[in-house]
Amino acid sequence: MEKNVKFVQGNEACVEAALYAGLNFFAGYPITPSSEIAELLSGRLPASGGKFIQMEDEIASMCAIIGASLTGNKVMTATSGPGFSLMQEALGYAVMTEIPCVIVNVMRGGPSTGIPTHGSQGDVNQARWGTHGDHSILALTASNHQDIFEMTVTAFNMAETYRTPVILLFDEIVAHMRERLVIPEFGELPLVERLRTSVSEGIDYHPYLPREDGRLPMSDFGGVHRYNVTGLYHDMWGFPSTEPRVVHELIRHLVDKLENRVNRLAHYKEYFLEDAEYVLVSYGSAARSALHVVKERRLRGERLGLLELQTLWPFPKEVVHEKCAGAKAVIVVELNMGQVLQLVKMAVGDPERIFLANRIDGVFITPIDIMKILRLIQGKGV
Amino acid sequence: MERFRMVFSGSGGQGVVTAAIILAEAAVIIENLNAVQSQSYGAAARGGSTRSDVIIADSAIHYPKVIQPNFLVCLTQPAYNAYYPIIRPGGLLLTDQRFVNTEDKVDARQVELPMHSAVMEQIGKPIVFNICMLGVTISLTQVVQPESILKVLEERIPEGFLELNQKALNLGIEMGAAVKI
Repeated sequence: MEKNVKFVQGNEACVEAALYAGLNFFAGYPITPSSEIAELLSGRLPASGGKFIQMEDEIASMCAIIGASLTGNKVMTATSGPGFSLMQEALGYAVMTEIPCVIVNVMRGGPSTGIPTHGSQGDVNQARWGTHGDHSILALTASNHQDIFEMTVTAFNMAETYRTPVILLFDEIVAHMRERLVIPEFGELPLVERLRTSVSEGIDYHPYLPREDGRLPMSDFGGVHRYNVTGLYHDMWGFPSTEPRVVHELIRHLVDKLENRVNRLAHYKEYFLEDAEYVLVSYGSAARSALHVVKERRLRGERLGLLELQTLWPFPKEVVHEKCAGAKAVIVVELNMGQVLQLVKMAVGDPERIFLANRIDGVFITPIDIMKILRLIQGKGV
Repeated sequence: MERFRMVFSGSGGQGVVTAAIILAEAAVIIENLNAVQSQSYGAAARGGSTRSDVIIADSAIHYPKVIQPNFLVCLTQPAYNAYYPIIRPGGLLLTDQRFVNTEDKVDARQVELPMHSAVMEQIGKPIVFNICMLGVTISLTQVVQPESILKVLEERIPEGFLELNQKALNLGIEMGAAVKI
């Protein structure tokens, strides 16, 4: 039996990856369909010398991981829609104070408590604009367990590299199904560790003074340096400022550090796009049904292709524009009322070519559902 | 290999989900095949009728659910009534005589076996009913080798219960072998 092959749920793949990436602090409040993440980490983290705390709610969970990250830990929390709503204020605090953290949202049907036991992809826009104020955010997703592993490790790496919260938008279908996961050897996937300041004890440390390369080295809070952290606009010492230049430069910095790197941050997979007349654009669990359709129709000579997005935010508009340029029609496959559809329309700039194949009734979209839409678009009836 | 699309259904507590996981795990970990397992979730999984889908293949599996199973197990009457219409024509439908009265109008080969009473008579513990069913399943379908299931059981089952499960598995294999398809 190969030691590194597992047959697990998607949630467990996320846990394995988080530990691989160096997670050593988790605070959360279990909620369907993400509960297995908290359940598994409540055993695994203490066993490996880390800390697991079940908090009183999701507001406290988000605040706890921010604090723990500031003291030098790699941190994560996991939730679903209702809990993710509660985390939004503190998520904005992590954006403003530039504190690395990973937030898993295993999507279920909303709004409100919605349909807890069924899948959905309705939180795509919440991930982008759930917290108030101009900002940029990173959100990744995946359609299978191997990719969940890779994207979870990537999320930790991006959080450290750009000092930002990273959201993992998984969904109930992939989170609960079981399939093969091959856990990579250590060293196989690169890991980004915390960039700590070289300023020694007794010398003034400026928490928000960038190095020449733009990065902000951190000092473990409670360690050798005293400094201020605030959700208010702040200067290089971390103290509040209403100075227009300071305010302007900080908001530009928070947005530009991600928006200027859209292409570098864009993770995606492509299938049969070279000569595709019809391009499906999908992500997460829905991409599994889309890929099923593409492979099946290719056997019959139909020129279908799939662009599977793994980075949802910042939205990789140039990638989408380029990959869809030659298509007769583009069909966005998703489990919501067209959240990524709107983005694809803007990216492709030719809205009459863009169609939606979706399901919003809690049932996972089937290949037949997609085929019916495709037939209509092709003028072949249903 | 042929692509196996299987649905296991019954009531919460009968162990149909566990059996499905053991089968799929044996296919992936021991036999290096691909398998995807999913299950009905929510209140239904806690006492109502429950369902687990398994696809086993030697090629990639993308769409993870089963729409038309070619192998269907129903261990209660409500599960049978709900799912017998979805069987792929020509498929195989396994039920337990004690719990299910079958219909004639099913376009599939129906195999009715007294699995529960055999387990009670020969082993005396109803908890291994699901493993007996799994034995019948692999005997009828040949989807994985019995040794592969045993290896997974050895990993998952506490030592004190292993013999009980092995007995139930063998009982099921024998019952399945006696069926003429």
